[in-house]
Order: sequence, then C-alpha cells, then structure tokens
Amino acid sequence: MTKAKFGIVVFPGSNCDHDAHFVAGEIMGQQARFIWHKEGSLGDVDVVILPGGFSYGDYLRCGAIARFSPIMKDVVRFANEGGTVIGICNGFQILTEAGLLPGVLLRNRSLLFVCRYVHLRVENSDTRFTNQCSRGEVMEIPIAHGDGNYFVDDETLKRLEGNGQIVFRYCDKEGRVTEEANPNGAQANIAGIINESGNVLGLMPHPERASDPLLGHTDGQKIFRSMIHTIVAHEQYHGLETAERS
Amino acid sequence: MFHSRIVVTLRTSILDPQGKAVEQGIHSLGYKGVENVRIGKLIELHVDTDLREEAERITREACQKLLANPVMEDFSFTLEKVNT
Repeated sequence: MTKAKFGIVVFPGSNCDHDAHFVAGEIMGQQARFIWHKEGSLGDVDVVILPGGFSYGDYLRCGAIARFSPIMKDVVRFANEGGTVIGICNGFQILTEAGLLPGVLLRNRSLLFVCRYVHLRVENSDTRFTNQCSRGEVMEIPIAHGDGNYFVDDETLKRLEGNGQIVFRYCDKEGRVTEEANPNGAQANIAGIINESGNVLGLMPHPERASDPLLGHTDGQKIFRSMIHTIVAHEQYHGLETAERS
Repeated sequence: MFHSRIVVTLRTSILDPQGKAVEQGIHSLGYKGVENVRIGKLIELHVDTDLREEAERITREACQKLLANPVMEDFSFTLEKVNT
C-alpha cells in the first residue's frame, strides 16, 4: 500500500508541528518527517504542512518573518508546481504573507484570543483537501488564535466566491452561516480558502487537534484522509499507466 | 548615514478594534471630543549611505517587501541625515 509522504515545516515558534506529525504518522499511518525552516529543500514529499504556532513570536505581523525563512523558497516552488500545501492557523498566515493565498488575517474583532471548538460548513467538497467530506457537511474542529479575522478586498472576495475557493465557513450547529457563529469577524465567515489551482489550502481551525479519537473529536481526520486519498489514488493511477505500457 | 522613521498604519477602510478600544479608554478619562483613534507602528532604522535617494529607495523597498502589508496597511517615512 502506497503511503503519502508528509513534510512538516518547523519554524522557530511553531507549536503544532508535533501534533501534525503525530496525526499524519501515527493516526493516519502515513510517512511523516519534520523539515527545519533553515533547510533549502523539502526533499521527497507529497504534502507540505505549515503548522500552527507563533513563528518568530508573531513579530511585525503574524507570518511576516517566517515567509523569508530559507525553506519558503522551496515551498513556493513546490506550490507553483502543483504540490499539495496546507497551512494551519499560523501556517495560513504565512501563506498569505508569502502571496500563495490572497488576503490577510487581521486581529480578531473582539481583540481576544479565541480557543474553542467551532462548527465549519464544507462549501466545496471537490478539492484535494475535502474530497472525503460532503458539500454542506458540518464539522466540529477547534480554533485557537488571536489573528484569524480574514480580510480581502471586495473584488478578490467575489472571485473567491465564484471560483469555489472558499472551502470552509464558520457556521452554527445546524450549518447556518450567521454573524453569531463568526468567532473572529472574518469576512463572509471565511475559515479556509484554497488558491485558484486548488493545491494550496489555508485554514484557521486545527484539524490536527480533532483527529485523535482519544481527544473526542475526529472530524479533522477527514481533511487528512482527503489529502491521502488524492495522493494514493494519483500514484495508483500512474502505477497502472506504467504497468500497461510495459 | 540616514535615520528613517517609518509609520505603518492600518488602511482607513479597515476597522481597527484596538483603536476603538483605546478610544473608549480616552472617553472614560473624560475627553469626550476625541475620535478616530487608530493604532499603528513606528519603525526606526539606519541606512548606511551618504545619498538621500539611496536611503529613500532602500527604506521604500523594505516597507513594500516586509514592513507593511499592502493588503491592510499604508506606510510613510521621513529621513534625517545623521553624523557617525
């Protein structure tokens, strides 16, 4: 059975790197490897995870310094070549700062650090991050951030909506996208978006914190399972192609 | 050598909850007429050159590439020649 190879980038101040590594390696049974931010190359990986945390102490702006870490050049190359990249929380902030995703994560409207479970509605299940979910499905995954208030100009927002790039929205238990269900003031209740080519996802909620059954919630596994499904199906298809040719 | 004083502010179109909270604080001090409080950042740096244009170019590029995020922030700066 082919295993997906996860590479988890570790910045100074990352603090969800071990959780992501544990879920990819132990819970999902795939290959997982840490990649120190000073390395120049990602090596052989199928998925790059930019984990949550406080890279460089959130100095200047969240993610602003991390985007200049040596490894980010190769992350940008990997993304531009169609590689799967997922940025969780601080990882999402780094992706926007690096220009791999549009918009910016502003200070929470409440000015408070919010750490609790939220409900998310899957807006697009036709992505390599959500193909094991159904459209409109409500997932329960925790958030933990002070700067998660997604903002983007109106024109880009329209484009995101039109292209199906909004993947997750904050909603209530019944899946209603309401103002009350918005934990941070994010525009259009946006919790996660993908880039136009669909290979880079950024989201504020932490799927790696809702994947171990011991912790009581496993909805986060669906995001990992989707990525694994995409990679393994792709490899099997190509394996088949090679077999037919020989 | 030039001394740059850079001011980074949130764009006016963006709600500034910190500014709002501080404004309430000022109001509770009794200064009711104070409004439009906005919080920004002050960044100071030295550029090692004798040419003003060079110092201006480097400061501007640093602002555009790192110190300010154009999606949400504007920047301005002043330059002052300093003797070393």
